[in-house]
Amino acid sequence: MPIKARVTVTLKNGVLDPQGKAIEGALGGLGFDGVDSVRQGKVFDVELAHDDQAKAQLELNAMCEKLLANTVIEDYAVEMV
Amino acid sequence: MKTAVLLLPGLNRDRDMIAALTKISGQEPVTVWQTETEIPDVDLIVIPGGFSYGDYLRCGAIAARMPSLEAVKRKAEGGVPVIGVCNGFQILLEAGLLPGALMRNASLNFVCKTVQLEVTNASTRFTSQYTQGQIINCPVAHHDGNYFADPETLATLEGESRIAFRYANGTNPNGSINDIAGITNANGNVLGMMPHPENLIEAAHGGTDGRAIFESALDLVS
Repeated sequence: MPIKARVTVTLKNGVLDPQGKAIEGALGGLGFDGVDSVRQGKVFDVELAHDDQAKAQLELNAMCEKLLANTVIEDYAVEMV
Repeated sequence: MKTAVLLLPGLNRDRDMIAALTKISGQEPVTVWQTETEIPDVDLIVIPGGFSYGDYLRCGAIAARMPSLEAVKRKAEGGVPVIGVCNGFQILLEAGLLPGALMRNASLNFVCKTVQLEVTNASTRFTSQYTQGQIINCPVAHHDGNYFADPETLATLEGESRIAFRYANGTNPNGSINDIAGITNANGNVLGMMPHPENLIEAAHGGTDGRAIFESALDLVS
């Protein structure tokens, strides 16, 4: 079974997120009163052509470091699905 | 003086930059397509503005991984001056040639107007023809110009006088931390800035405040 992974990229704590703030405001406008904060991120579903889990983990981490995340402002998490 | 302009799909200020450099340097720049692995010997390399790769993933992220950027890195390490304007600044950050990141404008709006810049350091090789603290006009046009860096990086930039330009007189259009509009690398030969000096180089533009950046970089007397 070829490997499928989900990569989640989120802004680091302390980095301002104007888009998240705008979404938070819009949710308030829709009447959702209990929202403390919203942070926007990105999701990448990646399908690999092989089934080697250990190799996949290394490759996906390298993909995040080199392209999928900007580690100046973003954190990433890799999950095999 | 010889100059080079990088071309990438989605840039749209390349022709403005080529016109400005032709007028200022006296010869047309060579153009470097993204797949080229070598850049000829030139006195200045410029990455113009626009929306390379449609701003997909992050502004400048994909452009920064193209072969021509590897060539820019080698040239920069060799001491050749490099200027990145707008998307060019975003590309230099993504390529690791400058520290920090540019995020969505705090207002969430695209801003297109003239702002005022303070020449925060007139000793860089890009600002030597300005005076320290001089206030100049410069157009901006961007959606993602909100400069961010962690406190340690900011302290380094401030401590080493690597902030070339700040937005002045309350004209910060994007929420940039410390009003930062343009920074240099540690060696002082790479400048990234959000405003567009190439659009203010002759009377027909309504002013010439941007011209001295290129004249400083090329060591030309205005």
